[in-house]
Amino acid sequence: MNAPLTVAVTGLNATDNPGPGVGVIRSLRHCRDLNVRVVGLAYDALEPGVYADGLVSDVFMIPYPSQGVVPLRDRLAYIRERTGFDVIIPTLDAELPGFVELAPELAAQGVGTLLPTVEQLDLRCKAKLAALGDRGLPVPASRVLTDVAQLYTIHEVIPYPLVVKGPYYGARVVHTLEEAVAAFYKMVAEWGYPVIVQQFVAGQELCVLAVGDGDGGLVGAVQMRKTVITDKGKGWAGVAIRDPGLSQLTATFMKATKWRGPCELEVIRDAAGGYHVLEVNPRFPAWCFLSAGAGMNLPYAVAELAAGRPLTPLHDYRVGTMFVRIALDQISDMDAFSRMSTSGEVVRSQGVSR
Amino acid sequence: MQRLRDLAISDSGFVFDPFSGATYTVNGTAQVLLDGLKRGLDRDGLVALLRERFECSTEDLPRDIDDLVQSLRMFGLVPGGFEVRG
Repeated sequence: MNAPLTVAVTGLNATDNPGPGVGVIRSLRHCRDLNVRVVGLAYDALEPGVYADGLVSDVFMIPYPSQGVVPLRDRLAYIRERTGFDVIIPTLDAELPGFVELAPELAAQGVGTLLPTVEQLDLRCKAKLAALGDRGLPVPASRVLTDVAQLYTIHEVIPYPLVVKGPYYGARVVHTLEEAVAAFYKMVAEWGYPVIVQQFVAGQELCVLAVGDGDGGLVGAVQMRKTVITDKGKGWAGVAIRDPGLSQLTATFMKATKWRGPCELEVIRDAAGGYHVLEVNPRFPAWCFLSAGAGMNLPYAVAELAAGRPLTPLHDYRVGTMFVRIALDQISDMDAFSRMSTSGEVVRSQGVSR
Repeated sequence: MQRLRDLAISDSGFVFDPFSGATYTVNGTAQVLLDGLKRGLDRDGLVALLRERFECSTEDLPRDIDDLVQSLRMFGLVPGGFEVRG
């Protein structure tokens, strides 16, 4: 077993639109080679992961990304003092720019991360995804809109049906101008500007969880097809698959972007066998525990690499391994909730000792 | 034909396609035929295989084979133009 490692993880909001944190932590705990202690970082006192038995040793509230980097830096310094964490794995889109900005400072303090660069984050954002086409990746035609009037002529460049998307989340397939206008306002109300309009591509939706080494190489990747999808479009069940074309596409993405850290590629495979990259999420997906279950534990790989430990690239996993999500009612007394609400922390371990 | 060869078929007739993640349930006849097709048997070979495993009249068997191949085409498990040899 390796030397003890304390890992701080965000994204404990395991709701019906779950954050990836619980999956990342379960993966870390799944690995017998890793002597791990996990510190949870939460934005809300009622994030379900706070109350899961045996998931996190300690939990601390951290400031929302909208408050900027300075409060985050101060809070992390305090948490580091209390827990001595060695590695941070942020798992939410909106918080990544802050953690990426702080990564050099954290590194100087001995805290490891495995994160993309600002340029890489920017390259894959929904509004700029089309630029990946210039790097040899197949992406559907898209336009970035800041005014609903632009929708009235969009069909001249991208024919219906279209997908109307918010800048961070949300997508709706539309077949007419009326539907497009309604979807535009819905996205703006929920997520703000800009709105992205993308060519609809019919086919099978596939996902890849991949980890890049930052030099164009692939640390490992697991492919998944959703078998149950919620009304929010989230995979509630899925199965590990292996499609050689998708493997090639993943390798091409890594080579083209020199991606560092975990990411999720959302891809459509059309009836003719063509691939279309719909989105690149710059972090672990919520279903990442499948990678551990299938024998290629990618959260473990990220923790090891972030800690500066050597790791041989991972090549094999058990195709056909399934995940089926479950919603459980967790029972808790008021103690943990009151401590999260008042002091913003629940410390169950003995401070920095493991 | 690689996709057909890669199909995982359990003894109970549960079929998993590792390429797409799709699953199917097949009866005993289809299970035997899939096994034969994966081994590259021609029509006569498939008929012989079925007669060996089941009590059945020879005249129905070509139709059974064609029905299964049609389903395989529909699910994309064999190329669109695929026909059993012979």
